[in-house]
Amino acid sequence: MIFGRSERGKPPVEPVTLKILVAGGFGVGKTTLVGAVSEIRPLRTEELLTEAGRPVDDTTGVERKHTTTVAMDFGRITLREDLVLYLFGTPGQERFWFMWDELSEGALGAVVLADTRRLEDCFAAVDYFERRSIPFLVGVNCFEGSARYPAEAVRRALDLDADVPVVLCDARDRESVKEVLIGVVQHAMAHAAGRRGALTS
Amino acid sequence: MSADGQGSSHWFDDEAGPVVRPYAMTRGRTTSPGQHRLDLIAVVVTEPQAQNPEADPTLAPEHVEIVGLCRQAPQSVAELAAELDLPIGVVRVLIGDLVHAELVHVTRPVPPAELPDESILRDVINGLRAL
Ligand SMILES: Nc1nc2c(ncn2[C@@H]2O[C@H](COP(=O)(O)OP(=O)(O)O)[C@@H](O)[C@H]2O)c(=O)[nH]1
Ligand SMILES: [Mg+2]
Repeated sequence: MIFGRSERGKPPVEPVTLKILVAGGFGVGKTTLVGAVSEIRPLRTEELLTEAGRPVDDTTGVERKHTTTVAMDFGRITLREDLVLYLFGTPGQERFWFMWDELSEGALGAVVLADTRRLEDCFAAVDYFERRSIPFLVGVNCFEGSARYPAEAVRRALDLDADVPVVLCDARDRESVKEVLIGVVQHAMAHAAGRRGALTS
Repeated sequence: MSADGQGSSHWFDDEAGPVVRPYAMTRGRTTSPGQHRLDLIAVVVTEPQAQNPEADPTLAPEHVEIVGLCRQAPQSVAELAAELDLPIGVVRVLIGDLVHAELVHVTRPVPPAELPDESILRDVINGLRAL
């Protein structure tokens, strides 16, 4: 089912796990993107929320509060027996940002999916990753019927830094999504090299 | 629990309503004392000596299920939550109990404050290309 099964007496392989986040507005294609490359059907997990939209992390008074859940979906790509990449797509609304805080901890990087018909839906996600210096790439999901904007026009509209990659993609297409993910990791590498350089100079 | 269809008899509904039962399961706790929040991609591995958790009266069926699942193959916290059809916060508590009882251990993902190793990133790129 999951990672290398343990043979009798042999301890199971404990893989290194990494994660990439998939952000963007409602209906932009996050779940579709995860599903296009995941070896498992995108799974849903839920986090408990209090009414205030905060995660439940202490018990005092919890019983009396209404508690709700928020779903996020995730997929898995086993790159090697000992190397597994997870993709997490979560709701883009600001009230779910506590989940972003948790998810972005230790994340390799992020994909911000954008739909040119409503670019403003991804402003919040762009802001979020910019402020935290999390390497991200903007994937413009090319729905039929949406005018094809050149990547540069999207970059200007989103006021992105010059080094943030913008790629046109199709969230349903496995090869296209692979390219997007490779782009994120390459960008993360450059980002890390830049930080190393800054640290040593 | 969830695989056999019984798990669809939710104690919370999809529209997100009041939740009662997970708290009963964890006796009202939502995080384990003194425990670092487990990352969603932290991997849970059953200890070889955890032979017979069913016999332990202090463990809930969900504890036993986690021990069994992670004996077959190590699993991430997120996968366990999906598999057991339980909220992540609840699964974290259950895992915390099992770590405390030394029935499982948890491998941490790349520590957040560290830059991921460049060779790992290169392996990820090559692995994605080869998909
Ligand atoms: N035509 C087209 N439809 C897409 C594309 N990506 C997603 N969709 C559709 O858009 C809808 C919303 O996608 P979904 O992945 O659920 O969005 P999410 O809310 O961001 O997770 C679904 O019906 C998808 O089938 C795309 O690239 N092209
Ligand atoms: Mg979705």
